[in-house]
Amino acid sequence: MTTALPLLYRVHGREVETYDTVTLTLEPMDGSLPASAPGQFTMLTAFGIGEVPISISGTAAPDGRLAQTLRAVGAVTRALYHATPGSVVGLRGPYGVGWDLSAARGRDVVIVAGGIGIAPVWPVLQAVLAHRRVHRRVTVLIGARTPRDIVFGAEIAELRERSDVHVDITVDQASNEWLGRTGVVTTLLADAPIDPELTDAYVCGPEVMMRFTADALLRLGVPAGRIQLTLERNMRCGGGLCGHCQLGPYLICRDGPVVTYDRTADLLTVREL
Amino acid sequence: MTDTSARRLPTLAVWKFTSCDGCQLTLLDCEDELLPLAGQVRIAHFLEASRESLPGPYDVSLVEGSVSTPDEIDRLKRIREVSGVLVAIGACATAGGIQALRNFADVDEFRSVVYARPEYVQTLDRSTPASAHVRVDFELRGCPIDKRQLLEVLTAYLVGRKPNIPRHSVCFECKARGTTCVMVAHGTPCLGPVTQAGCGAICPAYSRGCFGCFGPVAVDGAPAANVTGLVERLRALRMADDDIVRALRTFNSAAPEFSDAVPDGPSGRTR
Amino acid sequence: MSTPTAAGVSVMDVSALCVLVDVLRDRGYAVIGPTVRDGAIVLDELDSAERLPFGWGVTLDAGTYRLRRRDDGAAFGHAAGPQSWKSYVHPARERLWSRDGDGPVVAADETPRRPYAFLGVRPCDLRALGILDRVLGQGRHPDQGYARRRDGVFIVAVECIEPGRTCFCGSMGSGPAAEEGYDLALTELLDGSGSVSSSPGTPTYLIRSGSPAGTDVLAELPATPADAELVAHARDAVDAAAERMGRSLPADGLRELMVENRESPHWDDVAARCVTCGNCTMVCPTCFCTTTEDVTDLTGEHAERWRRWDSCFDLDFSYIHGGSVRMSGASRYRQWITHKLSTWHDQFGSTGCVGCGRCIAWCPVGIDITEEVAMLRAGSPDERTTAGDGAEGPR
Repeated sequence: MTTALPLLYRVHGREVETYDTVTLTLEPMDGSLPASAPGQFTMLTAFGIGEVPISISGTAAPDGRLAQTLRAVGAVTRALYHATPGSVVGLRGPYGVGWDLSAARGRDVVIVAGGIGIAPVWPVLQAVLAHRRVHRRVTVLIGARTPRDIVFGAEIAELRERSDVHVDITVDQASNEWLGRTGVVTTLLADAPIDPELTDAYVCGPEVMMRFTADALLRLGVPAGRIQLTLERNMRCGGGLCGHCQLGPYLICRDGPVVTYDRTADLLTVREL
Repeated sequence: MTDTSARRLPTLAVWKFTSCDGCQLTLLDCEDELLPLAGQVRIAHFLEASRESLPGPYDVSLVEGSVSTPDEIDRLKRIREVSGVLVAIGACATAGGIQALRNFADVDEFRSVVYARPEYVQTLDRSTPASAHVRVDFELRGCPIDKRQLLEVLTAYLVGRKPNIPRHSVCFECKARGTTCVMVAHGTPCLGPVTQAGCGAICPAYSRGCFGCFGPVAVDGAPAANVTGLVERLRALRMADDDIVRALRTFNSAAPEFSDAVPDGPSGRTR
Repeated sequence: MSTPTAAGVSVMDVSALCVLVDVLRDRGYAVIGPTVRDGAIVLDELDSAERLPFGWGVTLDAGTYRLRRRDDGAAFGHAAGPQSWKSYVHPARERLWSRDGDGPVVAADETPRRPYAFLGVRPCDLRALGILDRVLGQGRHPDQGYARRRDGVFIVAVECIEPGRTCFCGSMGSGPAAEEGYDLALTELLDGSGSVSSSPGTPTYLIRSGSPAGTDVLAELPATPADAELVAHARDAVDAAAERMGRSLPADGLRELMVENRESPHWDDVAARCVTCGNCTMVCPTCFCTTTEDVTDLTGEHAERWRRWDSCFDLDFSYIHGGSVRMSGASRYRQWITHKLSTWHDQFGSTGCVGCGRCIAWCPVGIDITEEVAMLRAGSPDERTTAGDGAEGPR
């Protein structure tokens, strides 16, 4: 059980990912949140400004540090974006259902991320690489609007050095200096080394991108129940008490944010649901 | 935390257009909060309070009043150019005010009736909100505005947060304070269901219907408030169309949700 | 005694209500009950039973509520009013915490000074409290403020023998009899039956206990064991009330009906009438949605977080970066009724509707949940041929 009161965390590190995205490393000042599972989120408070749900992109046990990557899009995330090391934020959580990693044992893994969507799915990759041998082939496909919008660029570069992970990147638009691919992220699926019936997919990005990706995976033959996505809705409480994050039968903060496509495909196509 | 004397205080300017000054007075009415406010902002231009006027640019400009004369258009544009954040305050600046009743009448005609030398009166044939002429960063509703809401907007800009100015109906406020619905329980016509909250639901608390002085519930990009739905109900309460039109065309006459809710409203007959 | 007594049921006259209120107050409760104010029967703290709405009734219809004089002395001769008990256990505004400067986050203690005793809880509202208990109190992250206010609430339920025209608890299985969740349950009889001294029009009360706390309080009341005949008579009156509900919802298929009608053109039809004011959600005894607001003083040094009621009719309710998910009035009404009648089952294991009829009476434009359901049923492909058979509209 977690409380409605934010716990105080100090900003320990601030890594600028892009012009509008940072990763904050937060360390507990006086008691830490319960341990989190990959895919869970916290409610992060900029005191005096407000509170937003942010997924946990990394944990550094045992000292209770958390890494949270966020993009400045509103007043709260702007304030958090500018939070300098030493400043104090509030944290509640962790909330929600995370990624189901056990599903992928002995199977191909494909991770598809759009934009800042790489952050919530990053712990999946960490977990997969930590037990690399229990999985078959591992594929990471990344899409971004422009090369400037690629989050975790350094980590991805490192990843590309590995021979046991297939990594591919595409951007929607780029100048001539970009030597990589352009186009939507689903185009990368064609070259992905996967055996669809033996694949578990972890997808995170804008909702429309996730839908197209999931549909493309379905067409390849990946079962809908093997496609996990993480959904975004308005969340005020994090704990299933405020009603904001409903999507049909689900409270996304409680029954998600990670959901499988077989449970949500028909909901995501209904307008304004 | 920070020594207020050492840092440059943000500047605040208050500007008057066609209006009764009531919204500016709301700022003066913040008696208990004025001193703390003066510690956080430098009031650079506020003629209701001081004749001193500092040159711009200004961090925050509050604009009261509607645009109803040609030179007001130019003045508003100049103010926009020297203002970081421009907040339109009150029904005049956000929806034309009561003077927008002219929008449904022939201005030349009553100008010639009212004034001995009508040719001296330079006026536009429509009274319009600030947003019709310049980019407005925030609109604070009301006739007059609510003191707590004004302080909330100023505080939010000072702190860098989104102002907590709800964009829902007056009914929220009646229910929150436990006021029994005057329309359902007494049959009193009330504009509350389509009027934006913010006043604290004062009129229904005194068993009066809401006059709609905060204007229609509206959010950028969202469909307009269903004022027609309420009009149907007012008719069922045996309110005549003329009376409905008069109720909708008061302080926020230039808000299309209100002015157009009765399709064949007796334009030009509003008095 | 010549007639056999019914186990556990006692009878008392109207003066015993005063004793009841006094006993509860002496035990430290803030007694909340119905009273007349502003042309309605509202809930308020009662310092004595004399403030109960003796002799007042109400006439209800879609969008209409009128207080009227009764020709008897009933204290509970009225259906649900403009408020529900959620105003007390789940208040409209609540401070959660505050923080000064670099200091600690300090929890706001909004616990009521005295525990509440709710006097006059209708069976529908009893069911509603049970639903709120499940939603707010029994999830993985229970609402501690709710628990603090709810714990130890003493409930005096009153069964219904005279439902209003907007009532449909009978078809929702949540009334008119009180089955569980009360400390004491009253049945108000007005026909002179069972009275020791009173004549027709002066109420007599059957009273029974539903908890040890109830038994304890009952022991202090001037009540005598009721005879079996009187108890049966009261039971008949309550049963008859079930047959006299002004409205109804179909017992089965609501859950599926809403899912099947996600894309129904009927939502546009409702949206033409609905003014999206949110009244239905605020008068609903189970609507629980809230939002939070962070506020500061002018310096930003003192910060507070407040929680207040929110509504799925508020345009900002579904706001995420880029805009609100539900912009149209059609989608917002669909969300409300679908949640209430269908997805509530998925989320919390029961319907969210108790049939109190408040959303019908207090809708300023008179939209009627039972009529909308009837129209959806008439319009759904499976039902079109048999429209009207099961879809009972208002009688």
